[in-house]
Amino acid sequence: MPEPSATLMLKVCGLEAWYGESHVLHGVDFDVHEGEVVTLLGRNGAGKSTTLKTIMGMLKRSRGSVKFRGRELCGTSSRHIARAGIAFCPEDRGIYSSLTVEENLLLPPVVAPGGMSVPEIHQLFPNLAERRRSQGTRLSGGEQQMLAIGRILRTGARLLLLDEPTEGLAPVIVQQIGATIRKLKERGYTIILVEQNFHFAATVADRHYVMDHGVVVDMMPNAEIGAHTEKLNGYLGV
Amino acid sequence: MLIFGIPIQLFSTQIMLGLINGAFYALLSLGLAIIFGLLNIVNFAHGAFYMLGAFAALLLLEHLGINYWVALAVVPLGIGLLGCVIERFILRWIYDLDHLYGMILTFGMGLVIVGIFRNLYGATGLAYSMPAGLQGGYNLGFMYLPASRAFVIVASVLVCLATWIAIEKTRMGSWLRAATEKPQLTEAFGINVPLLVTLTYGFGVALAAFAGVLAAPIFSVNPTMGSDLIIVVFAVVVIGGMGSISGAILTGFMLGLVEGLTKVFWPQASSTVIFVIMAIVLLVRPAGLFGKQA
Repeated sequence: MPEPSATLMLKVCGLEAWYGESHVLHGVDFDVHEGEVVTLLGRNGAGKSTTLKTIMGMLKRSRGSVKFRGRELCGTSSRHIARAGIAFCPEDRGIYSSLTVEENLLLPPVVAPGGMSVPEIHQLFPNLAERRRSQGTRLSGGEQQMLAIGRILRTGARLLLLDEPTEGLAPVIVQQIGATIRKLKERGYTIILVEQNFHFAATVADRHYVMDHGVVVDMMPNAEIGAHTEKLNGYLGV
Repeated sequence: MLIFGIPIQLFSTQIMLGLINGAFYALLSLGLAIIFGLLNIVNFAHGAFYMLGAFAALLLLEHLGINYWVALAVVPLGIGLLGCVIERFILRWIYDLDHLYGMILTFGMGLVIVGIFRNLYGATGLAYSMPAGLQGGYNLGFMYLPASRAFVIVASVLVCLATWIAIEKTRMGSWLRAATEKPQLTEAFGINVPLLVTLTYGFGVALAAFAGVLAAPIFSVNPTMGSDLIIVVFAVVVIGGMGSISGAILTGFMLGLVEGLTKVFWPQASSTVIFVIMAIVLLVRPAGLFGKQA
């Protein structure tokens, strides 16, 4: 639960977006406080990933409001949004095959002071240090996910958008990713996590927003999740 | 002395001429490959920029007394800048359209540029006097190597190598490779991809202009010099594989050599051999020798 005094970091209001002609977000509203881990839950096609991409300015057509630390970002280029201090880890992990592991790690420019150093990231994900000279896409799925998260920790961005970081990974790797997210939270990072895996989400998040058909339909604090299991199952169609 | 029944003199001279052609193929196809990789545009105006480079060197020498060595640095800079302006104000409008539009647009630009020069200077060649420092040559015992020719080969190898290192081994190069592979995500990391695109087009064009300056003293300078050469260069790019940096360089030199050797053993086939190789490569390995199979 956010403290009453916690500062608002991101406020999304009436966010709409289109893929070509098809209208996919119909007015998304939610907010995230500094230091919180918040998930976007929902079925396939509910608009969770699109919400992250729209916040990042990656959709050609969108409208509404995305206020980051009071500054309006909707309508600016994704480059400026990144420079403002928001970092994105895409669902397909976005590892570059033409870059080595090390080059992938060093690719995103530093946008603010206070990011992790390369040795710190290597300490968090020792596999990346061992395989620094390999081609990025030669890594295993789990290692690629670590690289995708690791490279945005260097930039100094304080708000991380993670799109299904556990998708398709073995349980032991999922646990490792979960531990990493908790460590990042301890370090004061703010995280928006898109998840299909609700059980995983419940182990790391403070609050959950439920999305359906391109809008946010509900919000529940993690502490109250036990009381709402039935409702949640209905939303997620499990 | 004979090699395969051919006098060594003739043999080595043809190898040298082949390497010289290869030097131009490599520089031009390298520029085309870089541009295609990032912009997804086959730059049909490339031959025109090569011609512009040669003319710029000639005009600078005749009107301002600027010599070859200075032109080698100044002309690629100036024409590269022109390339940046063209990308920023003309090419940028067509990225969302079909490939065909890029082809037609750059092809048209090339025709306009060549047309202007043909109007101004006619179709006959103009001579660029051999610069001081490139006169004379070296007697290697088995052949005579003119300094001007040796310089072209060395300069091309060095520039190609420097470009390869810049793209494959530097941080700026990793941005270029990243933007080539996933432009949207690269932009979402805060990298200025549109600026990278502008600079890349400018750089590719500058390579063509550099080749043009190199060509000025050894070939005649005329408005169609680029159109004649660029057809072979497109074949080279197809053989090497679109978008491969090292592939473009190696294929350029290799095919120059093949062409030279064909001149020795079967002179009649020398102007066709590259196209025959292209046809075979397209049949056997459509992505090109160094291209990634789709």
